[in-house]
Amino acid sequence: MNIRNEVTFSTIRPRDGLKAALEKSRTEVVDDILRSGLKGRGGAGFPTGIKWKLAAEEKADEKYIICNADEGEPGTFKDRVIFSEWADLVFEGMTIAGYAVGAKTGIIYLRGEYGYLRQALEDKLAARHQEGLLGDKIMGKEGVSFDIHIHMGCGAYVCGEESALIESLEGKRGEARNRPPFPVAKGLFGKPTVVNNVETLAWVAAIFALGPDWFKHVGTEKSSGYKLLSISGDVAKPGVYEFPMGTKISAILKTAGADRPKAAVVGGASGILVPAKDFKRAICFEDVSTGGSVIVLSEDRDFLDILENFQEFFADESCGQCTICRLGNVKLLEGIRLLKEGRCTTKHLQKLCTLGAAMQAASKCGLGQASPNMFLSVLQHFKGEVLGRPQAEDHFANKRKAS
Amino acid sequence: MPTPSPAKARSQRPGTKVNSLQDEIDRLTERFGTERKALIPILQEIKKRHHIISGYAMQCVADRLSISPAEVYGVVSFYSFLHEEYQGRIVIRLCRTISCDMAGKDAIARQLQNDLGIKFGETTDDGKFSLEWANCVGMCDRGPAILVNEQVFTHVTPEKVQEIIQACIKMYEKTPDLFKKNGHSHEHSK
Ligand SMILES: Cc1cc2nc3c(=O)[nH]c(=O)nc-3n(C[C@H](O)[C@H](O)[C@H](O)COP(=O)(O)O)c2cc1C
Ligand code: SF4
Ligand code: FES
Repeated sequence: MNIRNEVTFSTIRPRDGLKAALEKSRTEVVDDILRSGLKGRGGAGFPTGIKWKLAAEEKADEKYIICNADEGEPGTFKDRVIFSEWADLVFEGMTIAGYAVGAKTGIIYLRGEYGYLRQALEDKLAARHQEGLLGDKIMGKEGVSFDIHIHMGCGAYVCGEESALIESLEGKRGEARNRPPFPVAKGLFGKPTVVNNVETLAWVAAIFALGPDWFKHVGTEKSSGYKLLSISGDVAKPGVYEFPMGTKISAILKTAGADRPKAAVVGGASGILVPAKDFKRAICFEDVSTGGSVIVLSEDRDFLDILENFQEFFADESCGQCTICRLGNVKLLEGIRLLKEGRCTTKHLQKLCTLGAAMQAASKCGLGQASPNMFLSVLQHFKGEVLGRPQAEDHFANKRKAS
Repeated sequence: MPTPSPAKARSQRPGTKVNSLQDEIDRLTERFGTERKALIPILQEIKKRHHIISGYAMQCVADRLSISPAEVYGVVSFYSFLHEEYQGRIVIRLCRTISCDMAGKDAIARQLQNDLGIKFGETTDDGKFSLEWANCVGMCDRGPAILVNEQVFTHVTPEKVQEIIQACIKMYEKTPDLFKKNGHSHEHSK
């Protein structure tokens, strides 16, 4: 009931993709993913084939495939739906990745908030073992072995960032690492590691079931394939939708039944604000890129309420390693509250914008880098709406005068 | 009569609740190992069983994994699902993030506070309920959403709050060990 339109994953028979992939050589598998043009569905959009190729070229006694199921970006819930409906495709994608790069161990980093999904996933994994789709000699193929474990997260948004996730798997605080080295070279326990999003891995299974050219021919030049979007906010039909990459925001909002939309937040708290005049823009890596979150804001919404909510989120979730991210997010939150109270000077606002730009440039990981995006976006498009708000005291003073 | 193993003998001695925690941690290290990567799974298990990760528990875990207790504390304080203070058997987490906020989470928050008689971040005196905020729990299309331990409730309305609380009480009365005082209850006092 969460799924709102025709979704490709429903048409894929589990096993088809895995079977097709195991009939190819490891290099052919990597080449197929390169040819399909698949890019990461977790937000950053890094080409999956290149990631796999780099990991495959590393020489190591052990390598890891990690499925990033931390899905913490506000407004994103498609990975939950994928796991509820098509978990086998994700397991297959991981198994194919393991085959391609030479990894025998797969780990699903499942966010703590999704604890209720765990048992069903464990049962499915056990069934795959029974059917010879996991373990040794997968599908009877000599030398192909792969296993998948589930690790539960503990409620930290930053652990969705791949290097923080790896730290967390190693039993540490989820604090992002400096890069390089990248996880493909030195990841979990210092070994070559591929981290892919749940949806990316499910597409891998679909690509082998239907062929890389099928995928390549959907979408745009630089963004192949389809994308699952999690749509919420002021829409009549919230839920998960599939659209070809390159679909205009206006078309998406129409399908979901947007109610007098004034703007859409695309990409969650880390994303950008797209005002109605820009709804002709398209969802794809070369235009408006997103891990899947689309939150629709109707004309009745106050941007300062929205901003305050996002900024509270970042102030709460910053891991605190970088001073600029830790304190910057608190400063921005204070600034938003000043704006709400009608007490923010233009000069102070300018300082906050400079601070925002510095946060984008000087933060160590994507959380800090993206945290001022929404603030800057709102000021860029709707400055007039947030300045000069009435002050609470004025209001009472006026009332007293009137009585 | 066979002589009991030293661990068993220890746990059977009267008044040695603390040692039973040590034994329990020993069993957890048998299951998860003594490498650093076992730390979070062990802490998650302790939290689940005892609703607290006490200073003493952190010390025991640190000993077993041969790391500093400060390292263990660093981890416990980092993750919002681990807790160094006692939390109720039933932890209610209301999503405060954007889509649930737009769907009316404030009214749910007020009603939860009224009906439980506690504020966010607090635990009821009988140790049954804790009330916490959560950040986006991935139910944004069906907000407002709350997590009750590992269960999720969606499209929550203020009038449903009392129903949910009653359902929790019923559910957990069926599994009374969740309400049973734990072995080392002295650690629960704040
Ligand atoms: C703060 C932060 C949170 C993130 N959360 C997630 C997440 O929940 N799921 C995810 O797949 N990627 C997340 N990412 C992106 C990952 O770092 C990484 O790019 C991704 O898992 C790679 O997989 P992909 O190439 O298949 O997209 C996050 C990044 C940042 C900076
Ligand atoms: S940018 Fe923020 S979240 Fe990322 S490492 Fe720095 S302090 Fe932590
Ligand atoms: S915003 Fe509440 S579940 Fe996502």
